Amino acid sequence: MAGLNKSEFTNPVVNWIDTRLPIFTMMQTEYGTFPTPRNFNYFWNFGALAMVTMMIMIATGIFLAMNYQPNAELAFGSIQHIMRDVNYGWLLRYVHQNGASMFFIVTYIHIFRGMYYGSYKSPRELLWMIGVVILLIMMATAFMGYVLPWGQMSYWGATVITNLFSAFPIVGQPIVTWLWGGFSVDNATLNRFFSLHYLLPFVLVGVVFLHIAALHVVGSNNPLGIDVKSPQDTVPFHPYYTVKDSVGLCVFFIVYAVLVFFAPNFLGDANNFIPANPLQTPADIVPEWYFLPYYAILRSVPNKLLGVCMMFGSILILFVLPWLDTSRVRSARFRPIYRQIIWVWVVAVIALGVCGAHKPEGIWVVISRVATLYYFLHFLVILPILGKLERPLPLPESISRPVIGGGGPMPSGATAKPMEKA
Amino acid sequence: MADPSAAAVAHHGPDVTKRDFLKLVTGASAAIGTAAAAWTFIDYMNPSRDVLALSSVEVELTPIVAGQGITVLWQGKPIFVRHRTDKEIKEAEDVKLSELIEPQADSARVKPGHDQWIVLIGICTHLGCVPLGNRPTDPRGEWGGWFCPCHGSQYDTSGRVRHGPAPLNLFLPPYAFESDTKIKIG
Repeated sequence: MAGLNKSEFTNPVVNWIDTRLPIFTMMQTEYGTFPTPRNFNYFWNFGALAMVTMMIMIATGIFLAMNYQPNAELAFGSIQHIMRDVNYGWLLRYVHQNGASMFFIVTYIHIFRGMYYGSYKSPRELLWMIGVVILLIMMATAFMGYVLPWGQMSYWGATVITNLFSAFPIVGQPIVTWLWGGFSVDNATLNRFFSLHYLLPFVLVGVVFLHIAALHVVGSNNPLGIDVKSPQDTVPFHPYYTVKDSVGLCVFFIVYAVLVFFAPNFLGDANNFIPANPLQTPADIVPEWYFLPYYAILRSVPNKLLGVCMMFGSILILFVLPWLDTSRVRSARFRPIYRQIIWVWVVAVIALGVCGAHKPEGIWVVISRVATLYYFLHFLVILPILGKLERPLPLPESISRPVIGGGGPMPSGATAKPMEKA
Repeated sequence: MADPSAAAVAHHGPDVTKRDFLKLVTGASAAIGTAAAAWTFIDYMNPSRDVLALSSVEVELTPIVAGQGITVLWQGKPIFVRHRTDKEIKEAEDVKLSELIEPQADSARVKPGHDQWIVLIGICTHLGCVPLGNRPTDPRGEWGGWFCPCHGSQYDTSGRVRHGPAPLNLFLPPYAFESDTKIKIG
């Protein structure tokens, strides 16, 4: 049976707690001495940045909810009240509003990091799949959050997105009515969206915990994509990566602050300054920028049901990415063809994003169709075949002895023995 | 890597190193930043500007006949405005201060020249109930002022506590006479 933890902490209070509940030992093992590949680049900041953004979103969200009214009559006005009357309400609201964008920026870069360096490959498939669940929860949360200000874009975004489900035959319309709690987007819809918008971030915290737990079982990937073979390949997480993450965090905060203080509505839509009007659809309906690529996929397909399926499929396909990519080499550094076509995929996604922001006419239809086609081609055809055909470059022997790029053994100052205080 | 001579300059003793200094500066910056951010969250919960804007009310006194009081709402609190009769004023002025729980002269509780008007925050100083006594039909207690139904505290016609458990006299709100028949509370 269980026994007391033998704590090594010398502070008597910490020791007393740690003996009974080894949280200090856990923090020490998982974030202090945790052996981490020594060769991370700044792409490995983005998980931590997403974590920080999530906490900022939850903190500001809880406070915003203190003054927000989830009622169709009062919602729009209560946002104005927060912006004008509540102390620092404008700040917390802009931090929250732009935080959604920052959250997606860092998460998309984090996902790209995983794709470029093959972080989804064995043994990290489940870690990756939990990550896709995180993305889905984020998207649902962001969508419902955007409805809460109850402006024109909130209202019509909610109408359009919930109507996606009407594409399914027979069950479609009943599902939409059920989602709305009525026969149009109305007070009942707003109320439940508020309830779920408050709930889902805490679900997110739980899934993020699983994501990190899974990460700490299999260990981090690294830019070389090869396994850690010896203690020489690692450095303790603290101080090496706590400091590296802090540097990235400072840059992140600068970008975030520029958005909040100098261009708080740069990523927003002017239509959302008009209160929701169920009788008048705005001339241009566009989702927030982080949904534009999916929106472009949706519109590129002439068939309603197929369009909806492809839009959802474009994310769900990520679940099976670990098995679609047949190459056993993780890092794109050693995959001469993959390291080029991954950028073609990125261009396709950005093109979809641009198409999503334009009316589906003329050239934009053509571009969005080509880009949609390529998006799926990349996953369903190119990746499975490429893994068989591509001849990877020779992998380095170990992380501490890179043989590629003219590097000899690393300078002796950088070996694994942590530097003591001078 | 740092220049060794620069590191030597940063030495102030055998145990203080440049790294200690950097840690201190980093930690201090992070702490100041966090505190500044925390302040916005704390201040967010303070009364908002629309609440502060409701911080004063004007009361017309003409309709209140002698012997009667009214209750108005100011900052979410009941305010008693009572028109005292000559008898009530005399009782309030004549009482010996030594008999009072919290000694205070009646003249200190009314505006000069307007001693028929007593304006009080109508919250019992015991546990926050609203005492009875504005209407002549209310129980006003032995001293003819107010009677708290919760625990039986009694106040005189100047709002001074005469019978516990309340420890203090009823508080006075800030107010001023705008004219002889109008006051502004707050």
